[in-house]
Amino acid sequence: MARSNKPLVWSMFAAGGTLAALVIPALLLVTLMAAYGHPPSSLSYDNMHDFASGWLGKISIFLVISLCLWHAAHRMRTALHGLGLRADRTVAIAGYSIAGAGTLLTLWNLFQI
Amino acid sequence: MNAKPYKREIPKSTWYLGRRRDILHMLSEISSLFIGIYAIILLWGLTALADGPGAYQLFLQRLTNPLSLGFHWLALAFALYNSISWFNLTPKAMPVQLGENFVPGYLIVAAHYVAWACASLFILFISGVIANG
Repeated sequence: MARSNKPLVWSMFAAGGTLAALVIPALLLVTLMAAYGHPPSSLSYDNMHDFASGWLGKISIFLVISLCLWHAAHRMRTALHGLGLRADRTVAIAGYSIAGAGTLLTLWNLFQI
Repeated sequence: MNAKPYKREIPKSTWYLGRRRDILHMLSEISSLFIGIYAIILLWGLTALADGPGAYQLFLQRLTNPLSLGFHWLALAFALYNSISWFNLTPKAMPVQLGENFVPGYLIVAAHYVAWACASLFILFISGVIANG
């Protein structure tokens, strides 16, 4: 039977979508305060560095960034098709490349901290 | 078989504009663009954090750019709409069967809304937005 990467892509898409739906609005509120020039205490360098030094922090940061990237890449692929762009291969390669590079960069940064 | 089959013309890039639910579906698809850009902003912040206090301070400063402020409000609107539409679809995407019967859809949706409220309060609390905003 031909192997397909569909179940893997789909489960990452679903996990990313659920995680994004659960946490992105609240995270946006946190960084919105920073956008107004009043970042909450947790966003200070020391506090964020402490958070990203622990395993719980590393895992949370990794899951949020990478799953959201994969989710967005996959969903933009269907959205662009819906918007009439008939270049699925190019869109797929571009989107998944950005998500893959972002995932690696996230890992690299987390190991540096 | 000489006759050409009849093909109804469907405009490739504007087909969803005719029906309200198609427009709404397209809006929630487009929200993923904002989620993707936001993930890249978070990754940029993480890179700055790994680079040291100077780089991180500069990142926080860049966040106050009017473009960033505008992006935050727009992304917040799309993200809220996306969360609502995503959770409302969960009974169809993940039906739960208990014994002979399926768990009623509204219970699955309600469970997701409760989880959303808990996750949001948790984030706002540990980030200090609620406690000492």
